[in-house]
Amino acid sequence: MGKVTMTVNGKSRTAEAEGRTLLVEWLREGLRLTGTHVGCDTSQCGACVVHVDGAPVKACTVLAQELDGAEVRTIEGMADADGSLGTIQQAFQDYHGLQCGFCTPGMVMSAASLLEENPKPSEAEVRHYLEGNICRCTGYHNIVKAVMAASGQEVAPVAAE
Amino acid sequence: MYDFELLKPATIDEAAAMLAEGDAQALGGGQTLIPTMKARLAQMDRLVALSGIDAIRGVCTDDDGRICIGGGTSHATVAREYAKSYPALASLAGRIGDPAVRSRGTIGGSLANNDPSACYPAAALASNATIVTNTRDIGADDFFQGMFTTALEEGEIITEVRFPVPEKAAYEKFIQPASRFPLVAVFVAKFADGVRVAVTGASSDGVFRWSEAEQALSDDWSADVVAGLAAPGAEGMISDLHGDGAYRAHLVKVMTARAVKGAV
Repeated sequence: MGKVTMTVNGKSRTAEAEGRTLLVEWLREGLRLTGTHVGCDTSQCGACVVHVDGAPVKACTVLAQELDGAEVRTIEGMADADGSLGTIQQAFQDYHGLQCGFCTPGMVMSAASLLEENPKPSEAEVRHYLEGNICRCTGYHNIVKAVMAASGQEVAPVAAE
Repeated sequence: MYDFELLKPATIDEAAAMLAEGDAQALGGGQTLIPTMKARLAQMDRLVALSGIDAIRGVCTDDDGRICIGGGTSHATVAREYAKSYPALASLAGRIGDPAVRSRGTIGGSLANNDPSACYPAAALASNATIVTNTRDIGADDFFQGMFTTALEEGEIITEVRFPVPEKAAYEKFIQPASRFPLVAVFVAKFADGVRVAVTGASSDGVFRWSEAEQALSDDWSADVVAGLAAPGAEGMISDLHGDGAYRAHLVKVMTARAVKGAV
């Protein structure tokens, strides 16, 4: 056991971690930030995606102790300063980009990374970037529409693929 | 995951000393090893994380014009840095797994693991790369020694990979959509003194060079010449529910022709 400190959503946070403690466990159990979900626990579904030093990372596939001193952003850090939904979150609501909502935290974090790298992606680019985020409700079309809307682009009435 | 002690060396020498003692294993980006440990398919007393060693992260070009990639460099960095100077390599790196995997996964980890369906071994073998470790330089032809097997000794760490840049190259991947690993993928690289063709995903011996295609393409660089070749033998090809050996052998030929056609 050792103490691990990271800047999480702008605030310095400290919690215990064993060598084997995963980032997602440290966030959920150590900090009680339960917005980051564990979907598959086999590194395939992307529900646990958070940003580490600005890059998307599967929080279930990285060890907390390795990230001592890192800057982390989770879904809890995606709302606007006044507590209202951020642009991407609002677009997910507007375009019905979630059904059961379990994959949504990861989808929103991946979408945020995409729009930072590529502010006006094509629909194909959105689909390619979200390849590592699985929605078991299979609501992909509306997720893609939400990301297109969040980027300020026109949203096709019917998804292409 | 079974319990272990996590060690975080800051230098290669520290890491090598930690790996030399007892039951220790190096951790690169962890995108294969951590899932393997979570499934309790791997366990060790001590895990030596290489992610804190700044000296093995980053890219540069050497005096011979070779591009040099630190062993701890992420796929995302390679995809970004080489989009212009070695587009085939950047394209390969930018299609490994998904964006989150590419943030953490490293070239050194991929090569050291030598998964028979990994992408990077094909680039290293086709480019005739040199794998530099903390003790020696190893040519790609000597490095890959079969499925999950390499020339690396216990505790040896990949510090850098040096790629000669070909005149033209391409990586064509027939993706297995569930895993996003190649079902079969081919990297072709055309150099002034000949063509190299490396195949991943197909053989149960891991990455290999398709020498018949190399000879034919060295004489005549065209997709048509590949069409005229017999596919490599189905014997020794991986056969599973995703595709039998004959299917994979056929894909080798198809992917090679596409790679030649698309080479830049």
